[in-house]
Amino acid sequence: MTDTEQPFENQKISRQLFDYLVQLAALELSEEQAKYLLGELNAQLRSIQELAAIPLDEQLPVTTHGVPYTDQDRPELRADQSRPFPDSQKILQQAPQVEDDYFVVPDIPHTTLE
Amino acid sequence: MDFCDLSAFELASLIRSRKISALEVTQGFLQRIEQVDGLPGKLGSMESNSHDVEGVHAFITLTTEQALQRAAQIDQCIATGEDPGMLAGVPFTVKDIFCVKDTPTTAGSRILANFVAPYHATPVERMLRAGGVLLGKVNLDEFTYGSSNESSAFQPCPRNPWKLDRVPGGSSGASAASVAAGEAPLSLGTDTAGSIRQPAAFCGVVGMKPTYGRVSRYGLIAFGSSLDCPGPVSRDVRDAALMLQVIAGEDERDATASRQPVPDYLAGLEKGVKGLRIGLSPDYFRITYPHVESDDYTEQAITTEIETAVRHAAELLQEQGAEIIEPVPMPNTRYGIPAYFVISRVEAASNLHRYDGVKYGYRTSQPVKDLAELYRRSRGEGFGVQPKLRILMGMYVSAAQYSEQYYRRALKVRTLIRRDFERIFDPQGEYRLDALLTPTTPTTAFPLGEVYGDSVLMQYADQLTVPANHAGIPGISIPSGLDSQGLPIGIQLLGADFSEGLLLRIGWAFEQASADEFWRKKVPEILLK
Repeated sequence: MTDTEQPFENQKISRQLFDYLVQLAALELSEEQAKYLLGELNAQLRSIQELAAIPLDEQLPVTTHGVPYTDQDRPELRADQSRPFPDSQKILQQAPQVEDDYFVVPDIPHTTLE
Repeated sequence: MDFCDLSAFELASLIRSRKISALEVTQGFLQRIEQVDGLPGKLGSMESNSHDVEGVHAFITLTTEQALQRAAQIDQCIATGEDPGMLAGVPFTVKDIFCVKDTPTTAGSRILANFVAPYHATPVERMLRAGGVLLGKVNLDEFTYGSSNESSAFQPCPRNPWKLDRVPGGSSGASAASVAAGEAPLSLGTDTAGSIRQPAAFCGVVGMKPTYGRVSRYGLIAFGSSLDCPGPVSRDVRDAALMLQVIAGEDERDATASRQPVPDYLAGLEKGVKGLRIGLSPDYFRITYPHVESDDYTEQAITTEIETAVRHAAELLQEQGAEIIEPVPMPNTRYGIPAYFVISRVEAASNLHRYDGVKYGYRTSQPVKDLAELYRRSRGEGFGVQPKLRILMGMYVSAAQYSEQYYRRALKVRTLIRRDFERIFDPQGEYRLDALLTPTTPTTAFPLGEVYGDSVLMQYADQLTVPANHAGIPGISIPSGLDSQGLPIGIQLLGADFSEGLLLRIGWAFEQASADEFWRKKVPEILLK
């Protein structure tokens, strides 16, 4: 069987699924923005569905980046040694809230796993 | 003498031989910026007034004091007989997606508006070490997500110097605009689907996307990590060669930066094109895009003026001794955008999870009850619509139940696109091409506001440039004329992995052969004011 036989034409993202994605993505949207984004997502999905029509051999390998890396091209791995940043205060100054070199965050919600 | 009309190569030579000082040059460019740029981009929407529309609006941050100090240092260095480097005193701008130490690095987004980078990106560091003088950071589409620069959170957005009611392209739109308007001879941009080449074509300048891994991505705020390529924007091919020479090469801080030796690009320019095989493909003279309301696709030829410009370039190269091969089938070109919609979104979503309102960047000022609400509010208020779209699409197509049909399928289509190029560049194959010559864009610069908001149509502006990003191969856009509206047309050369030297050589030969054409004497509208 080739991948083309998998039916995914005409799939649409429902409002319910959209709301779930928004929650997973840790976003908060106005209603106006949500409507626009859902419309654009489904328009993009129609374009993506063009991929369904391409006959693909099951054995066809994936390409995760275009240029093949040989051992000669690839940089050697560095020794696994920590290198302290020369001015860590400069990094901490970027944080919205710090206390004694710690990042300060509000309460972390707890969920009991079943 | 107006230094702003000279190339980087000429400027470096004049400064090195002390015919002009680096300080004079920097002051000259700062004056040009003062004349043409208008208000710098600022957070929030702005009411348009006449002053807004009249400027290029390339800059978000001007680094005037540092530039003047650096230029004075270069002059001192030369006075003591030291070599300041290949970019001796040459001013440049940097797309605001690269970290520049102690300088705001915003990505054109509210979420990073207050971020000051603690270190230099590698390509920036290399330009500075080579004697370059940084004039400032220039605007872009938010996180590079766009083809027009309209999506930046910093407004007014950049304009096309050739016609101020047109977009400069994107996402390296202000890089291209700043070079076209003579605000700097060089700019550092990035290209993930055409983000250097498309704005270069729209603004009538040269833009090169090097091979993936040719230039380090260290210190580049990531979009699509398997696609992003830093590269040069310049006014001519020799300057692109000069800048690439400086920024290319291995970097222990980027595991994807290749160790392939960097050839002498400048020395190779003069070798000519005699005997080179250059292909033309019918699949690059048309674009296919989906209808908004139906599931149909429309196939549309690119404009006659653009096709004529490409064929004219082919004739000139043929006269120089190149062999033109036609037709060269590239059957998977049309799948570049649908595959990109999947792959780039998955990578973007992954890269955008780090912005959380905790370690750096924007944090909501609203009261929140817990950490989860802090994330949602900070990201909801900090990101514009384009990053949100990419996060949501990336999460959808990579979700466990959909990833096989979308993500893995797109990665397989990427293989087909790569194989198209491997077939035509194979030295033992049927075509044995040295380069493929194509249009860079299906149209010239479109009016501000015409496409923005339609994220599908906007993406299709990259249809002729995105295949090179999927395949990892190098590409360059070179100005090749003006259309009937006086807007620049760009032609594109695509080559095999690490063939930048060959592409620059062909581009240089084309520039020399077309040096006396009438359109080369035209200047952007902004410089006539």
